[in-house]
Amino acid sequence: MSIAITTQIICFSVLSLVILIGALGVVLLESIVYSAFLLGGVFMSVAGLYLLLNASFVAAAQVLVYVGAVNVLIIFAIMLVNKKEDLKPISDIKSRRIISTSICLTLLSLLIRVDLTNVWSLSSPQNSIGEESTIRIGEHLFSDYLLPFEVASVLLLMAMIGAIVLARRDVMSKDISTGLPVDQELIEKSSEPLLTNKN
Amino acid sequence: MEYGLDLEYSFNEFLKGFGLSSEVAHIIWLPLPMLLVLVAAVVGVLVTVWLERKISAAAQQRIGPEYAGALGVLQPIADGLKLLVKEDIIPAKADGILFTAGPILVLVPVILSWLIVPFGQNLLISNVGIGIFLWIALSSIQPIGLLMSGYASNNKYSLLGGLRAAAQSISYEIPLALSVLAIVLMTNSLSTVEIVNQQSGAGILSWNIWRQPVGFIVFWICALAECERLPFDLPEAEEELVAGYQTEYAGMKFALFYLGSYINLILSALLVSILYLGGWGFPVPVELITKFLNLPINAPFIQVFTASIGIVMTVLKAYLLVFIAILLRWTTPRVRIDQLLDLGWKFLLPISLANLLITAGLKLAFPQFFGG
Repeated sequence: MSIAITTQIICFSVLSLVILIGALGVVLLESIVYSAFLLGGVFMSVAGLYLLLNASFVAAAQVLVYVGAVNVLIIFAIMLVNKKEDLKPISDIKSRRIISTSICLTLLSLLIRVDLTNVWSLSSPQNSIGEESTIRIGEHLFSDYLLPFEVASVLLLMAMIGAIVLARRDVMSKDISTGLPVDQELIEKSSEPLLTNKN
Repeated sequence: MEYGLDLEYSFNEFLKGFGLSSEVAHIIWLPLPMLLVLVAAVVGVLVTVWLERKISAAAQQRIGPEYAGALGVLQPIADGLKLLVKEDIIPAKADGILFTAGPILVLVPVILSWLIVPFGQNLLISNVGIGIFLWIALSSIQPIGLLMSGYASNNKYSLLGGLRAAAQSISYEIPLALSVLAIVLMTNSLSTVEIVNQQSGAGILSWNIWRQPVGFIVFWICALAECERLPFDLPEAEEELVAGYQTEYAGMKFALFYLGSYINLILSALLVSILYLGGWGFPVPVELITKFLNLPINAPFIQVFTASIGIVMTVLKAYLLVFIAILLRWTTPRVRIDQLLDLGWKFLLPISLANLLITAGLKLAFPQFFGG
């Protein structure tokens, strides 16, 4: 076994372990802040897996989009609305746990079955394109994948409109969360700069 | 452009002379450039700290450090040693794990980004194909570290500083990436080596700054904002937030933040010089000089000479920009947070988008000047 292959195997096993443990931690940890930070770690390790597959552009895009944007925004939101709140004890927790465990186990067995039955090796070994992949991805995005690419931008637009509606309560006559009529005057007053009233 | 020193190749050949296999030679080679870059980054920080002290002193009509070594050049080393021996304090109510991981997450991506900084044709750690994109991706990790340390400190000023840092970094990443995209459009490649080679045709006249003046200014403003330098140092605004996310840090953990911010400044300056100021290129092309002097371009001593000129030019340009950044820090007031976000979203973003459109148009209209 050559040194390159050994390195690859070590990297792959470490990354997979980090992904598995991190993902379990995201779900199981009580502290939501830890979950969010661990999610970032999982995203990073997935980027590492892409790197192992020689997909460096996809890896960098994964870091930029998922770690740099999605995860930062998740943490940002958690820290802005970090209310200390005791969760209500759920009455039938035992039966719920049993149901969710059985569903998860069924899904796992299905995935294992998929893994064992499907033929994963490509019939003809594609010549690896390596650094060319950036150009190839661009070509695909603007030819046969143009529609999904453009639809994704509509999704972002929807998210943006939602954010504006949440942020600018003053354009709505009713409060979104409570359904009560919004006191327009109060909002107008609070948006005035404080220093101008001093003189 | 296939000439130039290839130290890796020569080193591997040298080791193979002792009967080692090429793989073992490669493994022995691997840590060397990494170590070199770490040393270069730390020395760069020491120089920058000294410059900062001296220039700020000059700006305020003081003398600055002068007893530690000649002209106080040893002052940054004294600072570093002091931080090294200070007690490492974790506040009682702080979150120990996140408190420790924060500074590391801030520093590591910055040092990793040095991977793509070329000092010559083959004088970089790795000529990865995604080049400059790697830097953009890595620099987006930093706000997580800042948020982490801001949260873990269990201090309202720290949390505010961390949130401000993240907001600022997210806002200024977009115009930064768009102005880099304009350069990439002209180069047809993401690789930093290609970007420099594309500017090397006619010396100073072919530098990107003449073709991308708007991009240059947008990039520089955004780079300063990403480094959290004044006028954009809101995350650590000392009059409002004590020291922002660094408030609770002491000793070596504080030193990591300190190192990180200065390494980031030098890295940004290096990248501006690579993207816009011709990288390692001499204002007059070296090929022209050797042709004029009738010297063979491939002779070993000429190659060593051009390589050292390349390193000197890269460092010189970078430190010129560092000088401007320091001068800006000590002569400009801080902007308010709403002004900062207005500048980022309402001014720099539209301008960099227009710059991208115009670059694309010019590239198609005049392919001989703007890269075919």
